[in-house]
Amino acid sequence: MAVKESEKVFEQEGQNFNSMVPGSTAKKLRTCIIWQFIRFVAINIKMIIVVSKSH
Amino acid sequence: MARLVVLGGGVSGHTTATFAAKWLGSGHEVVVVTPNAKWNWIPSNIWVGVGQMTKENVTFDLAPVYAKAGINYKQAKAVSINPEGSESSGKPFVSIEYTEAGKEGVTENIEYDYLVNATGPKLNFGATPGLGEGSQLGEHTVSVCTADHAVHASHELFKCIEKMKKGERQKFLIGTGHGMCTCQGAAFEYIFNIEHELNKAGVRDMADLQWISNEAALGDFGMGSLHMSAMGYVVNSRIFTESLFTERNVKWIIGAHVNRVESKKVHYELLDGSYGEESFDFAMLIPPFAGVGIKAYSKDGSDITDTVFAPNGFMKVDANYAAGDYANWKASDWPSTYQNPKYGNLFAAGIAFAPPHPISKPRVTPNGTPITPTPPRTGMPSGIIGKAVAHSICDLITKGENAPLHHASMAHMGAACVASTGKGFADGTAAAMTVYPVVPDFDKYPGTGRDTDYTFGEIGLAGHWIKHILHHLFIWKAKLKFGWTLIPE
Repeated sequence: MAVKESEKVFEQEGQNFNSMVPGSTAKKLRTCIIWQFIRFVAINIKMIIVVSKSH
Repeated sequence: MARLVVLGGGVSGHTTATFAAKWLGSGHEVVVVTPNAKWNWIPSNIWVGVGQMTKENVTFDLAPVYAKAGINYKQAKAVSINPEGSESSGKPFVSIEYTEAGKEGVTENIEYDYLVNATGPKLNFGATPGLGEGSQLGEHTVSVCTADHAVHASHELFKCIEKMKKGERQKFLIGTGHGMCTCQGAAFEYIFNIEHELNKAGVRDMADLQWISNEAALGDFGMGSLHMSAMGYVVNSRIFTESLFTERNVKWIIGAHVNRVESKKVHYELLDGSYGEESFDFAMLIPPFAGVGIKAYSKDGSDITDTVFAPNGFMKVDANYAAGDYANWKASDWPSTYQNPKYGNLFAAGIAFAPPHPISKPRVTPNGTPITPTPPRTGMPSGIIGKAVAHSICDLITKGENAPLHHASMAHMGAACVASTGKGFADGTAAAMTVYPVVPDFDKYPGTGRDTDYTFGEIGLAGHWIKHILHHLFIWKAKLKFGWTLIPE
């Protein structure tokens, strides 16, 4: 059975074995222009709220 | 006419001086004393350090900006403060030494009504043998702390890339160069920007990337880590950070005090008291910070430096410096007005104020070596503090010395942080985070110490766009261009 690309980084005896890694969909969404435009708007709104609470 | 003197022209000092000049108008004088001729948007030094920006992209000349603002600009460094004046004059003054070309070494005393210490830090490379001498970077490692350092770092990086293209494997060691460092975020950004550039150059498989830091756990960032809301979970930043290190195949050494640097090798001590060494071909290690070493003298000329400044050289303000052990630490220990407790016309802003204690839990090795990240005071908190101090001083000048002071405690302040993990319009990414408050308040927010409605993080291209837009916005603001006051700190 083929090992998924995102899971090849784990080392059974290594320091990263208990880490969480993103799957292929999560990684593609990170640079998906349409999805990231939506996130751009959402993150900006969140940041503006935090900035306004801090002044 | 009152005179406000601001020491330092970085994020905090520049914010203080420019707002004070705007609010006070021509009826009062604002003087800026800074040894630098240029303003530097330091967060973008990361991109200079990987060759994606030039020094000119992240700096600009201060003189024309201050001329436009009506600010009296002196390219000089502060040497000492006489907050009580001298025996011949009761007027307090600061002694400066010019660094401007043609006037190097010339000294001057500048009297003041109010003084803001916003010098930022001394980059204390000399604290670690081999990392450098005093505030000068040594020969074994590179740095991204200044624009010039970053230019040098990019040249060294390209040499490594050329070697890898010829089949020579290279090891990159990035992190902190001492057990008491802050600014882990800058090193975090740099290691992932290097990884991104190595991928673009097609040599990632020829590189070993190794992180080394004084954090007890990945994702501490000098803030004792943070819990953030993400994907319906409340998750600790350690999980988030370990995930990224694993995904990008970066190994990590944590809880490390680098105690010696030599050619292509560092020596370190870990929290468990063990010792180790790590080889490298390219290393960028953040130095610890200290105050810039300004002295203070009383009216009769006796040294009162320890009254005005903490032992680390940062200026004492309205913080609780007697909080004692970690179990006793409170959010209320943190200063809110940044006024010196003894001299009411002295303030400190940004990195220059002495924090009451770290935010991260302090740790000591069995050998007695402290390994604790010191608290971050850069970026948004520096700007907000600078503006609050400017507001207070303007009120004191225009409304009288009993005017209430403005408050900007890091325990009541959030921060928006965007950490680049690779530059590119379509393939760049950054970790976009907000944290509220910066200093956790476990009385107000039992459990995590922070409000998870306003503490979140995610990684993606949107974060990169935001970081790039912020680069242009903050340089626009610092140049005092149209609408600059509308851009928040």
